[in-house]
Amino acid sequence: MVNDTRNAKSSSVWGLLWLGLTLAVLAVGFYHAMTAPTEATMGNLYRVFFYHFPHAILSFVFPYLNLGASLLYLWWRGRSPSRALAADAFAVASAEVTVLYASIGLATGMLWARPAWGIWWTWDARLTTFLLLWLLYVSYLLLRSFSAAGQTAVVSAVLAVFAAIDVPICYMSIRWWRTQHPAPVFGGGADSGIDPSMYPAVWWNLIGWTMWGAFVLGLRYAIERRRQRQSAADSLAYLGDAQEAR
Amino acid sequence: MSYAGHVWMHLRKDLRLEWRSKDSINGMLFFSLLVVVVFAMAFDPTAYPTIARQISGGLMCVAVLFAAMTALNQSWARETLNGVLDAHRLAAAPPSALFVGKALANFLFVSAVEVVLAPVFAVFYNLHPLGETRLLLVILPLGTWALVVNGTFFAALSLRTRNRETLLPLILLPISIPVLLAMIQATTAVLTGEFEPTAWLKLLLAYDVVFTVASVLLFDTILNAD
Repeated sequence: MVNDTRNAKSSSVWGLLWLGLTLAVLAVGFYHAMTAPTEATMGNLYRVFFYHFPHAILSFVFPYLNLGASLLYLWWRGRSPSRALAADAFAVASAEVTVLYASIGLATGMLWARPAWGIWWTWDARLTTFLLLWLLYVSYLLLRSFSAAGQTAVVSAVLAVFAAIDVPICYMSIRWWRTQHPAPVFGGGADSGIDPSMYPAVWWNLIGWTMWGAFVLGLRYAIERRRQRQSAADSLAYLGDAQEAR
Repeated sequence: MSYAGHVWMHLRKDLRLEWRSKDSINGMLFFSLLVVVVFAMAFDPTAYPTIARQISGGLMCVAVLFAAMTALNQSWARETLNGVLDAHRLAAAPPSALFVGKALANFLFVSAVEVVLAPVFAVFYNLHPLGETRLLLVILPLGTWALVVNGTFFAALSLRTRNRETLLPLILLPISIPVLLAMIQATTAVLTGEFEPTAWLKLLLAYDVVFTVASVLLFDTILNAD
């Protein structure tokens, strides 16, 4: 128990240091994003790109962490229950961060699309795939909240595997869909390459938001681990009461 | 007994149960007929034959999907009565045989509904397909199998959850979007004759293979979830 408290203390110190560093990097990123040269056609509007891009990219990274944790859970389930619990905590944390980042990616994208293209949304290949990614992981979280207490981890790990298989298939199918039909007018954006003077803003923000994602994920993982320990302690306490009553 | 023998036993049991009660097929048939009628209110299919050709493929797939979802939950609910599911877990038969048998049974029920529904659509929506109608004999079974194999799996997965009737569509729909898209596009290609459905057929086939393998491999885990 003493060891646990010491571990918790040292990890919260490291966590605070990490948070400080993250905020510093994000501040530099903000500075670069606001001082980068104004874009030729869109003016200052394009600056939302520096926030949209890291969130959109990272929301395709966290699902893989979720898949990895879910597979580890299924592997460890019968072999090492304590490791399996840790893997499950990591899976739920990464799924929530996926949904968070994808939501921010969607929101910033829509805010950008409205002035740039005149519409909030278009069923273009990339947007549709992204929306489906969001839907898949929201359904994962819904399943977690609906499932019976004893089997949340198993059931959701299985769904995570299915979702991860589905993401590339979705991507392919929607590309076919949108290339077969005439695509809507889709101009602007940074797809056609960006000016080197904008690189610092892109990189600082990408690194900063990656660190932020890692921080939120670690925090959520720690909370989930604490909840697991608490519920284990509760069950043990009930068992103790029951034995005393006998 | 061989694996195929176990599958056949499960399939025969499900078919016999359905033959005696006829719950799922009757429910699905009437439900999809209602969908046909309700969508005819949304637009006038006989007055706009081109639009009817363009959208009735999609409408039929959606009708089939919704109808299937009403039956999928029931197909597992039968197994929970009197602890039959626990008996399955104790049985020496491979667990995936139970899954494959039930998926095959559901596939037959949904296909039976489609056999009735497709002519009904053609009559009520005054459809004159412009493409190769024979291809529907490949497209519909492939798409139906994809929907049913995932649906049966997720119905088993949500069996012991709270409000499982709500949960099934919430997890089945996002996973099935690629297959729905492929099925709708391929059917529309046949009805309108504007483009070739081959690419979508390949996608359906790939999806079928991938998700059948995944379901069969993971069903054991689901059955012994707690």
